Amino acid sequence: MLRLLEIIGTKFLKLVEESGRVAILFLKTLLWIFRPPLNLRNILAQIEEVGINSIPVILITGAFTGMVLALQSYTGFKRFGAETFVGTVVALSITRELGPVLSGLMVSGRVGSAMAAELGTMQVTEQIDALYTLATNPIKYLIVPRFLATTIVMPILTVFADIIGIIGGYMVSVYILGSNPTIYERRTWDFLKLNDIYSGILKATVFGMIIAIVSCYQGFNTEGGASGVGRATTKAVVLSSLMILIANYFITALMF
Amino acid sequence: MNFTNSDVKISIQDVYKSFGNNHVLRGAFLEIKKGESMVVIGGSGTGKSVLIKCVIGLLKPEKGEIYIDGQEVASLKEGDLNEIRKKFGMLFQWGALFDSMRVWENVSFGLRQHTRLKDTEIKDIVIEKLKLVGLRNVENLMPSELSGGMRKRVSLARAIAMEPEILLYDEPTTGLDPIMADVINELIIHLREKIKVTSIAITHDMVSAYKIADRIAMLYKGEIIEVGTPEGIRNSKNEIVQQFIQGRAEGPITREQ
Repeated sequence: MLRLLEIIGTKFLKLVEESGRVAILFLKTLLWIFRPPLNLRNILAQIEEVGINSIPVILITGAFTGMVLALQSYTGFKRFGAETFVGTVVALSITRELGPVLSGLMVSGRVGSAMAAELGTMQVTEQIDALYTLATNPIKYLIVPRFLATTIVMPILTVFADIIGIIGGYMVSVYILGSNPTIYERRTWDFLKLNDIYSGILKATVFGMIIAIVSCYQGFNTEGGASGVGRATTKAVVLSSLMILIANYFITALMF
Repeated sequence: MNFTNSDVKISIQDVYKSFGNNHVLRGAFLEIKKGESMVVIGGSGTGKSVLIKCVIGLLKPEKGEIYIDGQEVASLKEGDLNEIRKKFGMLFQWGALFDSMRVWENVSFGLRQHTRLKDTEIKDIVIEKLKLVGLRNVENLMPSELSGGMRKRVSLARAIAMEPEILLYDEPTTGLDPIMADVINELIIHLREKIKVTSIAITHDMVSAYKIADRIAMLYKGEIIEVGTPEGIRNSKNEIVQQFIQGRAEGPITREQ
């Protein structure tokens, strides 16, 4: 019994310690952003990597999510004769919830893993130490561009996912389920408030920060060669995904 | 203490560093004179790397002081350390080249970060430094296309690109064949004579140590147990030093420390 408590206690302390370290890295990153000069070339390269190269994944995710939402809510709503409200449900669910969350999860899988693996490899091959010896701060040189790129790009990707998701829902409803396009359109826009879209974008921004900081933290703290890089990559994806889901609840609760 | 003596470039005073329960440095003292080539020898895992990483501020000692040109650096904050680091160049054991960048981008990294030189000037410096380490027409290669010896030489070119006052060599000959190892030794001597740097090399390669050192220091159990000229070390009366430089398995040095 005592032994069990000890194990739980140690794990908990470790978790607290690690959270603290992530928070410190986050603050340091914020400080370095405001210390000129900003390396525009690195930021643009990251925006290309994080943003432009993620577009296909995001579009496919958004489209099929909108499509399946239309199918599912049609089935349910038909049972009490509310099928004209499918458009409303699709629009609200996508903009408030599924657009940002699924984009976040996809980006954490695609980009977070790549960041952790790249920085982790740099760590175990002493390239990060080499940056220090060249009088260059690795947080400024490596993390700031990734952080800015992910934070800027996530809301934009989310808007893409929102748009394509609503279009996907419309297509399925109108062309497969035979809904009236005019009514569907009106139901979509009548109940959608700007606030819904803003809250989704705010979420996406926070998710972008989470992905960048958690993944960079894992990369920078990689130990032990190739297997260490593998562990860091897995941890980056799992932890940033979990943190996205947890943060999602609290942001929603706050903005409710 | 004679760290104010202008002849002393680097002064390590009673430095302690541990990782958890592993006490790596336990009161290390060492002074390196201006223009001197100091070689630190010692077994694997005795803290040689930790020692030079403390000197350049990659690791922070728990206790003790390190002076560079009379200025205490062990207690400096990151921002001030960056300024001090401009005096340094470091050759890493496996090169630590940035593998996403071409050779010329690696060599010119410091110049592009810290100077406002034009591209053509930078290109000239890159070619000159590569020539100094005996390389030609490799500017546009990626690090993955280089052999081990070439990587080390490119890394050396990167370390000297900003014309540092101090060079740190982390196992400069490890992992190279004997001929390539000697090429690197010759380069280190050549650089010392040509650009008059102060240097610390850590190695367990005694051939290399005798060849490049003005003085040799032996690190054992976290302390510097002897410092002397290569001749002095060769004739040392200390059993531990003798065992190490002769590479005997039998003797006072036991495997677990």
